[in-house]
Amino acid sequence: MSITSYNGSALIAMVGKDCFAIASDRRLGVNFQTIACDFQRIFKIHDTLYIGLSGLATDVQTMHQRLQFRHKLYQLREERNMRPETFASLVSAILYEKRFGPYFCEPIIAGLNEDGTPFICTTDLIGAKQLSKDFVVSGTASESLYGACESMYKPDLGPDELFEVISQALLSSVDRDCISGWGGIVHVVTPGQVVTKTLKGRMD
Amino acid sequence: MSKTGVNEVLSKGGFSFDLCRRNAMLQQQGAKLPKYRKTGTTIVGLIFKDGVILGADTRATEGEIVCDKNCEKIHYLAPNISCCGAGTAADTENVTDMISSQLTLHRYATGRVSRVVTALTMLKSHLFGYQGQVSAALVLGGVDVTGPHLHAVYPHGSTDTLPFATMGSGSLAAMSVFESRYKEDLTRDEGMEIVSAAICAGIFNDLGSGSNVDLCIITKEGKEYLRNYQQPNPRSYTRSKGYDFKNGHTAVLSTNITQLRQHVQVLEGDAMEEE
Amino acid sequence: MSMVFAPQLAEAAPTSHAGASWSPYDNNGGTCVAIAGGDYCVIAADTRMSTGFSILTRDHSKIHQITEKCVLASSGFQADIRALQKNLDARHQIYQHQHSKQMSCPAMAQLLSNTLYYKRFFPYYAFNVLGGLDTEGKGCVYTYDAVGSYERSGYSSQGSGQTLIMPVLDNQLKSASPLVLPPRESSTPLTESEAVDLIKDTFASAAERDIYTGDGVEIVIINKNGIRRETMPLKRD
Repeated sequence: MSITSYNGSALIAMVGKDCFAIASDRRLGVNFQTIACDFQRIFKIHDTLYIGLSGLATDVQTMHQRLQFRHKLYQLREERNMRPETFASLVSAILYEKRFGPYFCEPIIAGLNEDGTPFICTTDLIGAKQLSKDFVVSGTASESLYGACESMYKPDLGPDELFEVISQALLSSVDRDCISGWGGIVHVVTPGQVVTKTLKGRMD
Repeated sequence: MSKTGVNEVLSKGGFSFDLCRRNAMLQQQGAKLPKYRKTGTTIVGLIFKDGVILGADTRATEGEIVCDKNCEKIHYLAPNISCCGAGTAADTENVTDMISSQLTLHRYATGRVSRVVTALTMLKSHLFGYQGQVSAALVLGGVDVTGPHLHAVYPHGSTDTLPFATMGSGSLAAMSVFESRYKEDLTRDEGMEIVSAAICAGIFNDLGSGSNVDLCIITKEGKEYLRNYQQPNPRSYTRSKGYDFKNGHTAVLSTNITQLRQHVQVLEGDAMEEE
Repeated sequence: MSMVFAPQLAEAAPTSHAGASWSPYDNNGGTCVAIAGGDYCVIAADTRMSTGFSILTRDHSKIHQITEKCVLASSGFQADIRALQKNLDARHQIYQHQHSKQMSCPAMAQLLSNTLYYKRFFPYYAFNVLGGLDTEGKGCVYTYDAVGSYERSGYSSQGSGQTLIMPVLDNQLKSASPLVLPPRESSTPLTESEAVDLIKDTFASAAERDIYTGDGVEIVIINKNGIRRETMPLKRD
């Protein structure tokens, strides 16, 4: 079994009209045994920038700590927040540095640019950046998520419609992956507010 | 080793092998290491009458799944040089970025237009140094004071100098087009037609390649990058009914709304300088 | 856990010809989907046949009609699938001679399971979906693993695009779990044309992301009026 599927995970980010949504499952497992139903994989970097980290839980937390540290240094030095694109390059650089002994996690980066337009991006575990205009997925349920998003996604959705689409895509995908699921969490970010909802999902 | 913790974390560049021992230990315990993102790829290049034409498809794959339908495989190296990359996506991206920055510094130092052989030598010595571990297969093309040049660079650092070259999993399909149709002193239009036909051969006959055709035409007058020159693969069908979910369709356990502080915009007077 | 055949990259190192790595199996990819309705059944499969990173043919039917009211769609290793189809045809021929009637779809489902399990230790590398009308004229779909474990369900998907298509079908059709009360019909609430529409969309989606699904999709619709075939082109890259 691959090391990235040791803990199990499912992550999506989607672009809407002047907003984005990022969602993940909440399971932490050790192979097929579930350890926790409230594991955090999506982290806030600043008000309008989020990162989701799929893969090995220990590397998820290490990566989050390193990224938060680097972002705080940036804030101290520059007295401003990082732009999503800059942050994506930072993530990519940190991952590629460990090209021959990588962190086992694949990040999803979602944020709002200064003009309020959404930005989403994913990289593989050694930092190959991939920008996207519609949706990005990651985790053990990624194949199911690709299928669900490819059918359900529509461009230019408003925040409420985007929430329904991303939630349905997440919930129907994790039900076909036995090592992710156990509820879900969705953040819908617009320039004015962040709506965070926890989803009711199958707990089996 | 530096004295402060901060400098230890902010590395000076180069690879870090910190996790190699841990990962080897995990592997020994039976954990399989995951796949990297590959660009299955068809990349080609040819020399025509006035310069060089490079071409690439736009599919990136992870195993048998397409993870990017419209990625960019023609990388910028210098104003007069470009480079198509195949192999592990992170390697092609970073190798070309690295060489591009070195070339820029070299131009600042010399005040001359970069030469294709300079880029070639930098690439091959980097790749040879990593003994094929940095798996980037490249088609390098450009025009400098000595005329148009086209090179193929292999992951281990060997290179070819050719009038036409193909690389990647679709290289055989593309080469069949070149072998049957290439001739010397092609015009620009003929060249573009043959390159896009070669990429299309890769797109349609190789499963690792797909989606759109990107072209890059370099002459001594300048570079023309034609992103998505052809888009022969639109989605074939969309459900007439769509997938409309009514608001409130999804069962929610809890909701938390955070209002964000709006940035203050200075309408009168001078805003403080930013950036 | 099913067997996994890693595609060989053309740029990978040449494999040795010593014969040590020879396998009796190949994976020719492809995806099959079936949806059962109250009085119809729709069975669909793409028409691409591939090996490794190359396409063998763009127009190979994965759907095989066994009886007037029962068709089989299979992905996996096409040589094994052909052998399996011939085997079932022969068994059905014998059945017809002995009973002077065609086999019912549920009976054929059991026969297919037995045929697959008969080769438990050298299996047919075939992932099957059997669809048709049962003795009451209701749509039925049976889904299998390679060694004959099977189940009647309202809809199913098998093959290389299975993981991409299944969540969408779940979302639109909801699984008729035996655990859910009150018990529900295993057929789906969609009308025939809606089901065909959904199938076309899921194949278009799968063709976007799965490299082994593409070229075309063949759709077979069985209802009380008989059997009908439709085709739709898919992406060819």
